[in-house]
Amino acid sequence: MLDYEKIINPVVAKMPPSGIRKFFDLLDTMDDVVGLTVGQPDFVTPWHIREEGIESISTGKTYYTSNAGLLALRREITSYLQRRFSLNYSPEKETVVTVGGSEAIDMAMRAVLAPGDEVIIPEPCFVCYAPLASLCGAVPKPVVTRNEDQFKLKAEDLEKALTPRTKLVVLPYPNNPTGAVMTREDLIPIADLLRDKQIVVLSDEIYCEMTYGFLHTSIASLPGMRERTIIASGFSKAFAMTGWRLGYLCAPEPLAKAILKLHQYAIMCASTASQFAGIEALKNGEEDVRNMVSEYDRRRRYIYNGLHSIGLEAFEPEGAFYIYPDIRPFGLSSAEFCERLLYEYKCAIVPGPAFGACGEGFARISYAYSVKHITEALSRIEAFVKHLRA
Amino acid sequence: MNELLKILEENATLTPEQLSVMLNKETGDIRKQIEEYEKEGVILGYQTLIDWDKTDREYVTAVIEVKIMPQRDRGFDKIAERIYNYPEVKSLYLMSGAFDLCVILEGRTMREVAYFVAQKLATIEFVTSTATHFVLRKYKDKGVIYGAVEEDQRGNLN
Repeated sequence: MLDYEKIINPVVAKMPPSGIRKFFDLLDTMDDVVGLTVGQPDFVTPWHIREEGIESISTGKTYYTSNAGLLALRREITSYLQRRFSLNYSPEKETVVTVGGSEAIDMAMRAVLAPGDEVIIPEPCFVCYAPLASLCGAVPKPVVTRNEDQFKLKAEDLEKALTPRTKLVVLPYPNNPTGAVMTREDLIPIADLLRDKQIVVLSDEIYCEMTYGFLHTSIASLPGMRERTIIASGFSKAFAMTGWRLGYLCAPEPLAKAILKLHQYAIMCASTASQFAGIEALKNGEEDVRNMVSEYDRRRRYIYNGLHSIGLEAFEPEGAFYIYPDIRPFGLSSAEFCERLLYEYKCAIVPGPAFGACGEGFARISYAYSVKHITEALSRIEAFVKHLRA
Repeated sequence: MNELLKILEENATLTPEQLSVMLNKETGDIRKQIEEYEKEGVILGYQTLIDWDKTDREYVTAVIEVKIMPQRDRGFDKIAERIYNYPEVKSLYLMSGAFDLCVILEGRTMREVAYFVAQKLATIEFVTSTATHFVLRKYKDKGVIYGAVEEDQRGNLN
């Protein structure tokens, strides 16, 4: 009999299961739940994009592409980044097409991190950074962001966390789960702090199209930052293409080269059909993005207003499609609050600590749902909150 | 305020209160704007999309191509008016191309439609010919796909 405990890599064995998973497993056992838990668009990929994917399959484009991805796609990516965010990357030497933004994050970390390196991770944040860093033998160093700062990363907090061993700073904005953004003004002090150091920024910009009322700024567009930044992004959120698993990263040539080396061994290339669909998305999908973002924006106002009117305070999120209410006034832990809401009122939202310990006292609510669905969920939350106050 | 119209075109059940929050406007202003649109005839009505095939109602829809001889001074309008005033006529369009008017007609049976075409439509003065096509199946109407209601199958991943 194989001793699996000895077989499994101790780092993997020790890796805590995603906190979010536990709650979702619970959720899966229940019927008639109105959930606001899903972290992906409720839109279907626009048809013209789907059709290009289908067309590529029906015309037999079933081969591997080059490791870095179709050059035509890389050219569309760099031209998109140029016109939207004033970023300049070489499609030939500085761009890698990946299997979702997730692979981009994984590859970037593996290419940069060596055992003992420290990785700064602003929390609350998406769940993958710390486990992936640990897998490289690196040490995750969470930096707490706060409700009163609208969960922006503050230069003074970052500075306190920096040590001579700091190798990588993750910048997960627009942020899942808080909906926080970092504007150009917010980024300037961060850039000032990092500009003269041997530190790389991994900027996870998967929600870059989901900002409301202003355009997203990439830290790579700030003076002196391009040479020390890896941008990880993708098609999932902006074009409602989660299932296609299509992402990309852009980085200065030496970094991109190292990442590409890993990517070619681990992945070979992203799905070819997805890549053809991606070309169409970037060429002709901007109006779709605008329409979807306007719809998210209307729901954002609706849910922000709705939560406030029932007495659940949250700062007004300016990015992604999440809102992150403060539930501390009710005297329950996040887990208790969310479990009772689920069991007693059949409404699901995600406990804050799933996204880092400092998420205690908060919960993530997704508004990637129809207004009708949101209205029903809000009325259940309202009933629960009234009950708690009674 | 075009955004308001676009939203209402897709979902007329949203209340002025909901719309005002979504559009960051005062509820009173939304109410007033809608009233104005109604008064100006920009908003003409509010209806419900019903898939009658899922009920036991018997009905048939026909698309009828009508060729007419335009009348001096009044063009097609006078004849169009004589046609669209029939309540069975659901839609009427003036077309470019091989025929002039496109009539969308609803009746209880094919016989009823045939009767309408023969007795009422074809006999109108200046109508020179008609060609009737019966609808076999409605796939999509007013931007909405008819068929099974899709469940939310999105995975809870992140």
